[in-house]
Amino acid sequence: MIATRKREARRTLRAFVVELVLYGLLVTAYFFGVLLFLGPRLVQLETQHIRIYAVVAILLILGQAVLLEAITTGLLRLLRGGRSE
Amino acid sequence: MYFPISHSHINPIYLVVTGFVVGVLGGFFGVGGSFIAGPALRAMGLDWNFAVGTDLAHIVGKSVVAAKRHRALGNVDLRLGLIMTIGTIGGAELGAQLIQALKRAGNVNFIVSVVSIAAYLSISAFMLWESWRTLAKSNRSKLRKRSGTATIKADQSAFMHVTKALQQLRIWPMIHLPTSGVTISFWIIVLVSFIGGLFSGFLGGGAGYIRMPSLVYVLGIPTHLAVGTDLFEIIISAGYGTFTHAIKGNVDILIALVMHTGAAIGAQIGAIATQYFAGPKIRLAFVPLPLIGAAIVIYTLLSGHKL
Repeated sequence: MIATRKREARRTLRAFVVELVLYGLLVTAYFFGVLLFLGPRLVQLETQHIRIYAVVAILLILGQAVLLEAITTGLLRLLRGGRSE
Repeated sequence: MYFPISHSHINPIYLVVTGFVVGVLGGFFGVGGSFIAGPALRAMGLDWNFAVGTDLAHIVGKSVVAAKRHRALGNVDLRLGLIMTIGTIGGAELGAQLIQALKRAGNVNFIVSVVSIAAYLSISAFMLWESWRTLAKSNRSKLRKRSGTATIKADQSAFMHVTKALQQLRIWPMIHLPTSGVTISFWIIVLVSFIGGLFSGFLGGGAGYIRMPSLVYVLGIPTHLAVGTDLFEIIISAGYGTFTHAIKGNVDILIALVMHTGAAIGAQIGAIATQYFAGPKIRLAFVPLPLIGAAIVIYTLLSGHKL
């Protein structure tokens, strides 16, 4: 019983480390790809159309939240053979 | 990394790690974590107005991830969350108006500091007393159960007699919440959410430190559901706060997006971790959080420096 639990915990930890590495790579690509591309446009929007900037800011953070949630859930499921937890 | 909106240079790894820590706390306790993330941003040299506004934007993203995860675990009472929206927005607006009035009177920093210290210390002291008593009672019940004389409930509270009395107040309309297994007056729900919103507008952040305990002790919502539903409510209050701060030029969304990459994974871990702890243990572990907030405010008040 204890051995099974230990094996399960080790498997979960290994999956989590792999997930962190994959997630780290995705996030690094995201920094350089999306943020460098978005940066100048957002600065322009913030200085010229502050209300549109406020709406875009909320939409961006919500969009990123949904996207990253889907990625992390997908990675967890993939690494744990179809189970999310 | 240079962030052109706030004209600041901040290491993105620092932002990701801060986001991760706040994400774990938020996912586990159902709080926004503004009392940690705000000072952490300030410590990196960001102006205080940008620290508050940007932190709110990051809280919205983190709470979406944590609330979605809690919803998948069955920990969100959507009906309760939607009703609470009315009071949350009303309270947040009144809190913001109070701040403006105090600003005009010229004593905003002192009054906000004193109110926040009193609120944080009271919440911590009360939750310490309640969760300690509940755990002690639960241990005694377990001993008695072993000898076959009593049974224990899934989520007990030493404050349950007051909660029950509030639930029995028949002020029309009564709202039945099947997910939480509670029937309570609409006006009590609105009052609880209004107070949460008021603290959010007055002290900043999502005010999960007051809303989560109120959901448990006043409405009688089980702790796991209170954490998930509070996160849903934080999306509304912090979303509203983000919009109002953004139109005042206080939000650097690029910083919030970078912070959120760490928070997204931290929030998932925190949310999953709640499944391994009983309600009173989550509430006991919650106790140091408002104390950290109080310590930060006391430091700010005594030293005259903002962290």
